[in-house]
Amino acid sequence: MLSVSDLTVGYQHDAPVLHGVTLDMGSQGVHAIVGANGAGKTTLLHTLAGHLRPTAGWVLCDGHDVTGWRPPDAARAGIALAPQGRRLWPSLTVRDHLTVTRPPRHRAHGRAWNVSDLLDLFPALAARLRHHAHQLSGGEQQMLTIARALRLAPRLLLADEPTEGLAPAIAAHLQTVLADLPRHGVPVCVALPHARSAAALASSLHVLTGGHLNGPIDSHGTGADDALRHHLALTSAARPTRTPPVEHNR
Amino acid sequence: MDANLILAIDGIAYGLLLAIAAAGLTLAFGAGGVLNLAHGTLVAAGGYLAVATSSGTWSSLAAGMLAATAVGAAGGGVMAAATAALNRRRHLDQALLTFGAALIGGDLLTTIFGPDILRPRVPAVLEGTVIVAGRPYPADRLAVLGIAVAIAVAGYGGLHRTRAGRLIRATVDDRGMVAGIGVNPRLVDAAVLVASGALAGLAGALSTPILGVGPDTADTVLLLSLIIVVCGGLGSVPGAVAAAVAVGLVQTVGVTTIPGLAPYLLIFTMALVLLARRTPLTGEVHR
Repeated sequence: MLSVSDLTVGYQHDAPVLHGVTLDMGSQGVHAIVGANGAGKTTLLHTLAGHLRPTAGWVLCDGHDVTGWRPPDAARAGIALAPQGRRLWPSLTVRDHLTVTRPPRHRAHGRAWNVSDLLDLFPALAARLRHHAHQLSGGEQQMLTIARALRLAPRLLLADEPTEGLAPAIAAHLQTVLADLPRHGVPVCVALPHARSAAALASSLHVLTGGHLNGPIDSHGTGADDALRHHLALTSAARPTRTPPVEHNR
Repeated sequence: MDANLILAIDGIAYGLLLAIAAAGLTLAFGAGGVLNLAHGTLVAAGGYLAVATSSGTWSSLAAGMLAATAVGAAGGGVMAAATAALNRRRHLDQALLTFGAALIGGDLLTTIFGPDILRPRVPAVLEGTVIVAGRPYPADRLAVLGIAVAIAVAGYGGLHRTRAGRLIRATVDDRGMVAGIGVNPRLVDAAVLVASGALAGLAGALSTPILGVGPDTADTVLLLSLIIVVCGGLGSVPGAVAAAVAVGLVQTVGVTTIPGLAPYLLIFTMALVLLARRTPLTGEVHR
């Protein structure tokens, strides 16, 4: 449903972060974007969700040109972002997060998740409904971030580093949930720093290095091992680190 | 002691009125980054309209309050349209625009209503006194206190129990993510400016029985509101309410108990608060 072609995005005109990225996200399964810090994963996901405007190239949604759309447009079209760093609202409770967000009206959307569906998906949140975001553990915050995105009844969930900074058991739990979402009718595009976990989670895999996208690779075929080796070779070399991207609408 | 109690009630009533006026100002700044310097003028406009409308009957009093709220909301709408047209340019541009609107509005009000301090004619019951703690206390002030408490409670409920209120608080926290759930944050900004204008008009109407309304009202209210917004933390409603009640008490109890320091007391208190604060002043939110 969502695809980009020849996409160039940068924070300054002469220094693009993404170079001519072409990517077609079908309407099922889990797609993984793998890349090291600064490779451009967040930039790509933010561009898909309308938080960044590309300097060149196209974003297409259901065949329509939506290049340069704004976040509300993307959300109403069914693209939900669970951002890196979670970006929960500190003064709102868990329940507030889930009730203030709601599916778009008068628009085609995916499966509608009500609050109790989301608590079935993340039982840990049920005891936390009255708590504020900062009172939650890191894992619970990430669950809330994904639950908030699902409340939009998305046709595509963009999850940016959903396991960052989490204990291995919690990270594994979240990966299981994400891997299961396509069966609940929600395709997922997940950005991860490590090829190994991405290959376990995703049905197709793209490797992003220095703003260039390679792939897709079928993660269940022999290509996965090659990708892994390729990726490890690329990330082990000394690469210049980039400053983390800043969103333009703050 | 009793005399101080009466003064304290006065101070709290005055403080709550300032809180109602300043809550909208602080939210508009926290959510959309708009510091509306015409806010005091909206308060004065509400006050003048209430004085002009109320003629001593209950129905005219109610009509006056409604008219004050409506003119405040309309003024807020004008400011929303004007600042939206600036397309979120720098604060100085906005300050110039809203300050200009304040000067023009103030001039219009003086031209229409004259240079005198006006007081409303309220129903006879409100002109009398009630006995509070063994001392007579003006009934109209007590009524103002009651209404101010009711509005503050309703405002708290609206901000915490309704979806609109939650959206406003979410916008103060992180407007980018509000856009990310399909809500245009600029719509929230405009709604906040209209609602804060309505509250400003209503606060203006309510303060007329205590203070009257005159050419100085706009400037005084703006100055006090800015002190409240700064001391309470930009974008924080609970902070603004606490600061407003403190300002009300300083302006009544403090000024009568230490008359020698009267002109400096408020600024002195503000300086102390700012020195003691450890949190940064910006409305920028912990992410």
